[in-house]
Amino acid sequence: MSLIRYQSPEMTWPAFDRWVNLRDELNNLFDLPMMGTPARQGQLFSGWTPALDLYQTADNIVAVVEVPGMRKEDINVSLHDGMLTIGGERNSSSAGEGENATRTERFQGKFRRSISLPARVDSGKVNATYKDGILTVTLPKAEDAKPKKVEVSIE
Amino acid sequence: METLTRENNGSSTGENGRFITPAASISETADGYTLELEMPGVNKEGLDISIENNELSITGRRSPAKIEGTLIHRESRAHSYRRTFEIDPSIDMGKISARIAQGVVTLTLPKAEEVKPRKITIS
Repeated sequence: MSLIRYQSPEMTWPAFDRWVNLRDELNNLFDLPMMGTPARQGQLFSGWTPALDLYQTADNIVAVVEVPGMRKEDINVSLHDGMLTIGGERNSSSAGEGENATRTERFQGKFRRSISLPARVDSGKVNATYKDGILTVTLPKAEDAKPKKVEVSIE
Repeated sequence: METLTRENNGSSTGENGRFITPAASISETADGYTLELEMPGVNKEGLDISIENNELSITGRRSPAKIEGTLIHRESRAHSYRRTFEIDPSIDMGKISARIAQGVVTLTLPKAEEVKPRKITIS
């Protein structure tokens, strides 16, 4: 178990993440069609927010996003100023569309997730795979962001 | 024709804590129903579809992801997926087929021949 150093409340802003989410949601709101297909409750405001997990190793940061039923071509992964953005559009569903739909829970349309990365990454070496509806983005850390072991000789 | 594949809540209430209810979309045509369920992380091997007493149950188990490192942010849940539906009497149970692609299960449930709308030509 790790210990977290106490920080005075003035020094941190725990709500900052929520502001980022709010910004994402507001951006999504403008992208959504106002008169779309009957959607899941609460979808107007939250859109489709695919679950995102973030892992860290000494060399890499790995983002794992649940985006089932996409075409590889319709997923966009971009990196800007240490912020990873995953977006895309899903319209290919055959069920739950039009007049024949009797139940529509699967989200259709655009989504976007942004997350700020905990370390600087080498943008030229980012690699992504898409399997079983799960997108895995591997971002190698920049050389100077990797933990370094420094040998100190004691005299 | 008014009825559709109804969701069967009764049988799954006791297990909701252990399973995720996957998002589902259903559409109906003259030939049958199409049911789609979202199960990211599940492949063909982890999928189990069974019909018992007119109850269609779809269970998806994730293939364990091999990701090294420390988890620093988590939104996904590791539980398996399960959802049950009551099969409409118009469906030909012997002809139900399923496939899974990129975490989306698609079931095709054709209607029995005798309930399909038929066009009668007048001679």
